[in-house]
Amino acid sequence: MTDSSYIFSHRHLLGLADYTADDIRHILDQTDMFREILDRPVPKIPTLRDKTIVNLFYENSTRTRISFELAQKRMGADVVNFSASSSSTKKGESLKDTIQNIESMKIDMVVVRHESPGAAHFLARVIDANIINAGDGAHEHPTQALLDMYSMRQKFGRIKGLKVAIIGDILHSRVVRSNIIGLTKLGAEVVLCGPKTFMPVFIEDMNVRVTYNLEEALAWCDVAMSLRIQLERQEQGLFPSLREYHERFGIKRTHLEKYPDFIVMHPGPVNRGVELESDVADSDRAIILNQVTNGLAVRMAVLYLLSGGSRV
Amino acid sequence: MNPQWHNPEFVKKALLLSADDMNRTFRRFAHQFIEPHDTTDQLAIIGMQTRGVYIAHRIKKQLSDSLSLDIPMGVLDVTFYRDDFRTKMKMPEVKVTEIPFDLDQKDVILVDDVLYTGRTVRAAMEALMSFGRPRSIKFCCMIDRGHRELPIVADYVGATVPTHKNEEVRVMLKDLDGEDAVYVINEPDNDE
Repeated sequence: MTDSSYIFSHRHLLGLADYTADDIRHILDQTDMFREILDRPVPKIPTLRDKTIVNLFYENSTRTRISFELAQKRMGADVVNFSASSSSTKKGESLKDTIQNIESMKIDMVVVRHESPGAAHFLARVIDANIINAGDGAHEHPTQALLDMYSMRQKFGRIKGLKVAIIGDILHSRVVRSNIIGLTKLGAEVVLCGPKTFMPVFIEDMNVRVTYNLEEALAWCDVAMSLRIQLERQEQGLFPSLREYHERFGIKRTHLEKYPDFIVMHPGPVNRGVELESDVADSDRAIILNQVTNGLAVRMAVLYLLSGGSRV
Repeated sequence: MNPQWHNPEFVKKALLLSADDMNRTFRRFAHQFIEPHDTTDQLAIIGMQTRGVYIAHRIKKQLSDSLSLDIPMGVLDVTFYRDDFRTKMKMPEVKVTEIPFDLDQKDVILVDDVLYTGRTVRAAMEALMSFGRPRSIKFCCMIDRGHRELPIVADYVGATVPTHKNEEVRVMLKDLDGEDAVYVINEPDNDE
């Protein structure tokens, strides 16, 4: 629990790098209250009925976009969806022009996903609305990290001292960066595990350890978070074959039997038979679907906390 | 919260209800709650965060101690339903809501510490509707201090106290504040 003199004072969620441990704890504490709403017979509250929110998705996304949209609708907001494939971007309009045109229609919040790192920060500079980063390149994906931390806290009752192994394509993952920042701020230990070609140089500077041995990571950890392998990375020559990747870095049923304590997480979508053996994804040690439900509650909490203040 | 409240030189406070008064009121509420009912099967108490929860607990305890009745109790936070939260600069902290029973066909009694503008009660009624369809909702408060802005009347009242808008009514409860008492506090620097 954060103490009573604490005040949440952010207008944007651009990344967890800007948030203190108290900010993160406050969001996780408030998420409990939204989690309860989802179990009500009428899971809907009128809190954002005076808000108009634009979901600006320049990259494909199913889960994150649906999760944000549902969170917004559960809270009574008016929602507009924009996807780059069917839009003015194709006609050559710049991000700045697009967003300034949309802002002229009197919107209050923007949820943005973009392939360029820093896109959300850029929007926060050029317009007045609250900005939520739903993924910017390989930089940050703060709401995913928040829902991961919430799920861990729900399972273990704490983050401090928790041993988290993150396994897979560290190099291209925004989920990893936000998780490392958040987890280390809250006092968890993080070990990264994956092929050398997926390991960024100097990543140890983020207060994490690196191993190339999956057994070692699984023997040590409380939480094994497996990351999605983008299949096109194979064409870039970063790993020889899916089968070899699975052999060396896939979590298998034999691991669950050998190391009986860790839980399995995955940000989705799962490549069955690559990152996780199918049995592992379906086992009761995997909390993947619970992560998805929690994602909805975390996003409601973030929307709630950011919606206050200065435009009134 | 104004830190000066804790400084006796800045604050004039008058005792409205003593611990004995409040205990009598809890006993009266317990009897009043069950009076209109042949059976108490459908009765439920819901305490409103924060102080209403403590008051509801005390009434529930009274019902079980002296009348041997176990009435289900829930806890409600109405922040999401308020119409005035956006006039504040920061979003208020949301507290727990927990209604561990089905509300359909229940006779619900909402419990709060102070009835003032009536906006909190309105929000609470809207909130309850998302849990089900109670057969009836009644409202119980320790203090009715007047200044209603909505057409709302309490069904059970501890004490009715005409107040000035600059004054603050504080209901203190043993389990939360260490004492049972109701004070009227006159805050000289109030900017309202």
